[in-house]
Amino acid sequence: MTLAVNIRLKTGSFEIGAAFRSGPGITALFGHSGAGKTTILKAIAGMVRPVSGRITCGGRVLFDSKAGIDVPTAARRTGFVFQDGRLFPHISVERNLRYAALAGRRAEPRRMEAVVDMLGLGEHMGRMPASLSGGERQRVAIGRALLSDPAILLMDEPLSSLDQARRQEILPFLEAVRDEARIPLVYVSHEIEEVARLADTMVVLSQGQVVAAGPATEVFGRLDLGPALGRHEASTLIDGRVARLDEQFGTALVEAEGTEIELVAPVLVPGDAVRMRIRARDIAIARDVPGLISVRNKLPVTIIEIMTDDGPFAELALAFGNQRLRARITRKSVAELDLKPGDRVHALLKAISLERRALIRHPPAKGESDTRWQADMN
Amino acid sequence: MTEAETTIVLLSLKVAFAAIVFALPLAFLVAWVLARRDFAGKTVLQAIVMLPLVVPPVVTGYALLVWFGSQGWAGRLAADLLGISFAFRWTGAALAAGVMAFPLLVRPIRLSLEAIDTGLLEAAETLGAGRMLRFATITLPLALPGVLAGAVLGFAKALGEFGATITFVSNIPGETQTLSLAVYSLLQSPGGEAGALRLIVFSIAVALGAVVMSEWLQRRLSRRNGK
Repeated sequence: MTLAVNIRLKTGSFEIGAAFRSGPGITALFGHSGAGKTTILKAIAGMVRPVSGRITCGGRVLFDSKAGIDVPTAARRTGFVFQDGRLFPHISVERNLRYAALAGRRAEPRRMEAVVDMLGLGEHMGRMPASLSGGERQRVAIGRALLSDPAILLMDEPLSSLDQARRQEILPFLEAVRDEARIPLVYVSHEIEEVARLADTMVVLSQGQVVAAGPATEVFGRLDLGPALGRHEASTLIDGRVARLDEQFGTALVEAEGTEIELVAPVLVPGDAVRMRIRARDIAIARDVPGLISVRNKLPVTIIEIMTDDGPFAELALAFGNQRLRARITRKSVAELDLKPGDRVHALLKAISLERRALIRHPPAKGESDTRWQADMN
Repeated sequence: MTEAETTIVLLSLKVAFAAIVFALPLAFLVAWVLARRDFAGKTVLQAIVMLPLVVPPVVTGYALLVWFGSQGWAGRLAADLLGISFAFRWTGAALAAGVMAFPLLVRPIRLSLEAIDTGLLEAAETLGAGRMLRFATITLPLALPGVLAGAVLGFAKALGEFGATITFVSNIPGETQTLSLAVYSLLQSPGGEAGALRLIVFSIAVALGAVVMSEWLQRRLSRRNGK
């Protein structure tokens, strides 16, 4: 099931134009505060009415200004997880969860058990929402949304009200939802870390406009999104699978694009699907593979683009098989090595810059694949 | 208590109950409109609702007499359509009490409705709840403390109403002579102080009991609602 959005919105004098398609798995709507992310999400759920355009989910038309279709929120089957949870304060956790089944007249009891198990809510069923911690509250909110048997799950910065420790606690639950729910998820966030960890598809918004949309690994590799993604965090995502472990030295070898990338990761098991977040500043460029050198990874790459300004830095976009890498080196190195787009070079990457925090278990999204992208309106 | 005093007390309770039972749903509707809707003339409606609180009760009673008396247009309409007559009947006393208590009902209900996070209704909507279900499961239970506060306050007011009642339906023992009116009559007649005192004690006890009960219920509900 695919969500297709092509709408124009107006809130006050602020105009938002959004056109994108969700892929299978999690689609992240990413942008700074005030970029229009939440408004778009509310439009999908029918809480905000677009000026014009069309929203479809699977084969169902939810909104079509030309045909005069505007399905009411209650009939859209768009599960929504709000920033602040919005649990009903006067009823227990269990009754909050049951409310979804009651309101939607859909979910069956067996599903309830599965959701309660998945989110670890069993011991909290009798508690009142006011007594829950922030993380527990969001887990209940996610469970409640799932139990309304939605065709799509919309999440509006569900972690933003939590502190760092609580976020780490709840992220695995979000991953479980992604892997088990089998419905498209749209996830609004302004935290690049969350997006890097969760997103399969990424839509980048800036000042109400879509500036990039596509597979997350591809969008992360684009140089022109500097201001929208945040320059100091420049990094790329590489998806791979653990091929084998070197138990003698405690390293793991991850297969990606026909190359083995070595890293230090004590918790991995062969067969694990992993996503590596590689910071641009951790990559060095070499014309030839150096002989005796401690750097473990020498990845064959092709330079796609070099971006420089008057400053000392140069940003390189590199093709690594079908995936993208970014490198940040000095402008001086670019000049001395005479690097040009099209050059085949080697990206050097130390195994220890890929420690545990840069690794994310990330199985490929289930569901039909959809490779058509539209980044601009019409 | 003498038989006459029992009659007075029972009549007063009947009048006050009838007043609140009929005024409460209307007060809820008005409170909801004031809390949730924006429309031209909202200020006017707000002022009209508060009017019985600020206008001299005797004026309110006179207005009721003019409109709801046997010659008034509303009085005739009620007689023709419902077969109810208000003039010099206990029903008139209940009407006067209801009208005077109305602003006291509306205010706490409106405040409690305004305190409800409309985001909760939005959340219920995304779960598939229609308008009626949202009202019954979210709005009504969360507004309940305000409804109770209003009902108790209004009941106490209805029980003690004097000015509008005596102007509208006079002071007829056994028909329209409620507590306040009886106390007034007893104090006017020589040697009536003892009887008046018993009624005064009773009315204070009822009012106090009502306020204490409403406080307790509200605290319980607020705790349940997580506030």
